[in-house]
Amino acid sequence: MDESGSASTAEAGLEVRDLRVAYGRRRGRAEVVKGVSFGIAPGETLGLVGESGSGKTTIGRALLGLVPVTGGSITFRGHDITRLPRSRRRAVARDIQVVFQDPYSSLNPSMTIEDILVEPLRVAGVADGRSRVRELLRQVGLPDDAGTRYPSEFSGGQRQRIAIARAVAQRPGLVICDEPTSALDLTTQARALGLLRRIQRETGAAYLFISHDLGVVREVSDRIAVLHEGAIVEMGDSEQVSLRPSHPYTRRLQLATPVPDPDVQARRRQRRRELLKADA
Amino acid sequence: MTAHPVVAPEDAVAAPAAGRGRRGWAGRLLRNPMAVACIVFLGATILFGLSSPWLAPHAPGATQLNAVNAPPFTAGHLLGGDGSGRDILSRLMWGTQRTLFACVVILVSALLAGVPAGLVAGYRRGAADPVLNWVSDVIMTLPGIVLLIALYTLIGPNLVAAMGVFGVLVAPSYFRLVRGVVLGVRNELYVDAAKVAGLSEARIIGRHILWAVRAPVIIQSSFVLGGGIAIQAAVDFLGLGDPSKASWGGMLQEAFANIYSNGWAVVWPASLISLTGLATVLLGNALRDALQVGAARRSLPRRRQELISRAFAAKAENDLPDRSATEEALLSVRGLKVAYPREDGGVSQVVRGVDLAVRKGEIRGLVGESGSGKTQTAFSVLGILNTEALVGGSVVFDGEDLIAHPASRAHARGRRIGYIPQEPMTNLDPCFTVGAQLVHGLRAVRRTSRRAARHEVLALLARVGIKDPEHVFGLYPHQISGGMAQRVLICGAVAADPDLIIADEPTTALDVTVQAEVLDLLRELRDERDLGMVLVTHDFGVVADLCDTVSVMKDGRIVDSGDVRTIFREPGHAYTEELLSAARAVDLDEVGTDG
Repeated sequence: MDESGSASTAEAGLEVRDLRVAYGRRRGRAEVVKGVSFGIAPGETLGLVGESGSGKTTIGRALLGLVPVTGGSITFRGHDITRLPRSRRRAVARDIQVVFQDPYSSLNPSMTIEDILVEPLRVAGVADGRSRVRELLRQVGLPDDAGTRYPSEFSGGQRQRIAIARAVAQRPGLVICDEPTSALDLTTQARALGLLRRIQRETGAAYLFISHDLGVVREVSDRIAVLHEGAIVEMGDSEQVSLRPSHPYTRRLQLATPVPDPDVQARRRQRRRELLKADA
Repeated sequence: MTAHPVVAPEDAVAAPAAGRGRRGWAGRLLRNPMAVACIVFLGATILFGLSSPWLAPHAPGATQLNAVNAPPFTAGHLLGGDGSGRDILSRLMWGTQRTLFACVVILVSALLAGVPAGLVAGYRRGAADPVLNWVSDVIMTLPGIVLLIALYTLIGPNLVAAMGVFGVLVAPSYFRLVRGVVLGVRNELYVDAAKVAGLSEARIIGRHILWAVRAPVIIQSSFVLGGGIAIQAAVDFLGLGDPSKASWGGMLQEAFANIYSNGWAVVWPASLISLTGLATVLLGNALRDALQVGAARRSLPRRRQELISRAFAAKAENDLPDRSATEEALLSVRGLKVAYPREDGGVSQVVRGVDLAVRKGEIRGLVGESGSGKTQTAFSVLGILNTEALVGGSVVFDGEDLIAHPASRAHARGRRIGYIPQEPMTNLDPCFTVGAQLVHGLRAVRRTSRRAARHEVLALLARVGIKDPEHVFGLYPHQISGGMAQRVLICGAVAADPDLIIADEPTTALDVTVQAEVLDLLRELRDERDLGMVLVTHDFGVVADLCDTVSVMKDGRIVDSGDVRTIFREPGHAYTEELLSAARAVDLDEVGTDG
């Protein structure tokens, strides 16, 4: 598979080549990411869609240096970051950030919002961290006094805004969004997606947007990669992959996603059955 | 979608009460009279010991012949004298100092040995974990008192060495505690986020990990202190202490020897030992309650609870159900209210008068966002709300009010009303095979032989789309996928041939391709068995796929209700419209119209 982005991404953005990740040792060894290649240009959003066990979260964690890579290479802004020791990793930290799925366990319950947001800034040596925090809170639409409060005082949607603020605090070049909205309610989800897009416009950050929901991915992505059993089966323009998929798996995925209209959904159900029958 | 910063409406619903939890643990501790009594007693004991150099009337070793075995309230000797003519009060004061010192030695050595080892084993894992575990296991097998006696024969009376060794002997309790907590915390996403932010390992441990273990360690320490007092007294009582120094255990031993000439001398050290030990343990319990909020259940006083439920019931009678709608319905919910007691003594209402009707063969979608009360409504029908919930209104199932008659509800549940939960995995018992659980469930509601039940379950498993029922029958829950687990639960729900199914977000935890299959299965089962169904969901796609009628819930009320096509075409409420437009922003409907 060689559909990785344009040649220019190699210098300015993220370039992943034949990435492999395996868990376990010897006998119990299982490869969950089986040679994945893609690129993300600055300011671009690549959607990564897959079902549970497809390896999509593992790819994100490999980019963040949270799981050891067993093969292939990851290049960011021309530097190889595949296997960095802890100390060197820290230099990359401000450039590659993350928004996790679960807004409840991603914020330390015993720290105030201000402490949570100041922590990464202090590591990066930002002097006026506190004033930057107020600016960040305003940016994600939280009240100014939010800094003195604890995560438990906020709803899921607000916590996710805090997590987004933490991710963009150091103006990263790439943000890994690992199912950032799947724990949220519909209306909250819409607002969180809007916030992510606005921040992207303002900062020019690239996003790797990981989700199981093709509809959500289509909403935010420029391009979409479809992951199935650890390999990318289809990658291309967002509209094309989500509305006119070419790979049978993507078509199954696409037709299985229910749409909020009883009649259209009945038609889609019919087409999905026909497709399954044809496959069998 | 908004492109500028707005204060989201969800800001308004942030729970301000929850924040009190962390900041006010000291305050909560001081509100507990038992804790205050313990703190006062322990504080007084500490002062009693520390002040001995200035306030003790006599030196600990000073003997006076006239004070030998003197009874209490003898002039100059308030608590009397011991067998050698030494003042008991003074010796108690000096002995307290020594006991406190011993306790500090035990605590510090146990903490120093146990906590860092637990941190290393839990956070770094690797080779250190099994090695430290092995060391901890070995220490735990050592008999403490025997070891202390052996030590005495080697180095003689040495309080610091003996208590230090004892501290190491209790260190495994800290090690296991800390290791367990750290193992849980290191997988928290906020630790990953700290790593991603580039925090050094020392900082992550200091800021995120240590903080999480502090509460359990504090609680454990109070129990270690209580044990330490007892052990120190025991060691001295056995004569392994330094006879030249006063101590509680040593005094008890001497008093014991003279019990017939001066019985009172036993009372003072014995009561100090037991009261101090008791106070530390009780304080530990109070600390646990204060630090681990949520462990204690809130419950209203019974009288108040009765008053509120009576008010609830009266309200429901006032707005009598209109009979026409009720009679043909299989399930008819009228004026349902659910409330929970609050910490301040009031109640917070989560369901505020819900009306809902389901006919046979009808799938009723109950849609809403989190906190709208949709699951609470479903749970009220099933009667599986938390015990402290207050319920009002009526739930009429097949002509009988289930709220007024809990016995008939218990009878209907599982037999005539089936339940499909959200999390398939947590709703299967990991200790039993899938088949055993289904057979057990079936035999609980119907008298049938094990053989016949097995036969029936196998047929049902095949019906819910499981390829090899014989094989799956013998598997444990962890051996099957989430989708298959949900099929097993659906199988369990329909096994007793119910008339009504309550499904609480039955496909939320599943992948979309599996979700589509499960929705198909539910539709087929409804068609085959003419089931009525309440489908709780937040997903309008699922509603469009499966439901005949929809009720939209917001803040404990139904704001919109009707036929599914009507609701989707002409929503009757602005909130429904808002939800629909949010759902349509991420749908894939364009393809529905082309080829």
